[in-house]
Amino acid sequence: MNTTVRENQNGNAGQRQSENYLAPAASVLEAGDGYTVQVEMPGVNKEGLEISIENNELTLTGRRSLPTIEGSVLHRESRRENFRRSFELDPSIDANRITARIEQGVVTLTLPKAEHVKPRKITVS
Amino acid sequence: MSIIHYKTPRSASWPSLDRWSSLRDDLNTLFDMPFWADSERQGQLLNGWSPALDLYQNNDNFVAQIELPGMRKEDIEISLHDGTLTIGGERKIESGAENMQRNERYVGKFRRSITLPARVEPNNVSASYRDGILTVTLPKAEEAKPKQIKVNVD
Repeated sequence: MNTTVRENQNGNAGQRQSENYLAPAASVLEAGDGYTVQVEMPGVNKEGLEISIENNELTLTGRRSLPTIEGSVLHRESRRENFRRSFELDPSIDANRITARIEQGVVTLTLPKAEHVKPRKITVS
Repeated sequence: MSIIHYKTPRSASWPSLDRWSSLRDDLNTLFDMPFWADSERQGQLLNGWSPALDLYQNNDNFVAQIELPGMRKEDIEISLHDGTLTIGGERKIESGAENMQRNERYVGKFRRSITLPARVEPNNVSASYRDGILTVTLPKAEEAKPKQIKVNVD
């Protein structure tokens, strides 16, 4: 059974560091040569995004950088917290070739699988 | 499909359990409705994408902000009618859906409306979409702006 990209959330740890994070929604697509993960972080741009890998665990942190609106709040539904989410990487992913892009608040991570793991045909002699 | 329930005589000493029977009826109705019958209603009922909407005001403007990550601006519709601002649109899924392992992001149509507490000038409304946040600025009509009234002392 394939171990796909698993995730664990950063719930309690955030509170102890006196900052609460929100876990952003993500989608995972798998293709033969790698995974594509898209994470929604509205209000985050390239400057506020931090991606790090440690021990097969990929952590994304997004800090919102909205210009403060002058005025009083009439109605508020959005959350103020920054985003953080960690993913445990399938060992077949080649960590050196991970790329990331952010566009309109959506981070797209491309996680290619290491060469030797790709599905390949074996010829019968 | 309906929830099968055992009929038991209502216990006279626990009147608050009455409310649970209407919950059971509501759930039965929910299961009786065909899921894909009417896509618009289905969107509102179960998987409604309801993006977070904030409304601010200052002396000159109302400012509405809505979190819409990953949309194209041509897929967003903003309209103003009778003092109600409506923002709607559709997020389409990109190709590769057949390989989706897990999806927590909403896909499909959404619509949010908010009634503005005062009149605005519809011709001067502007909107910008940046970092996944749509900001709509609605200038207040002159008569809605706060005015200072001078007191004359004779």
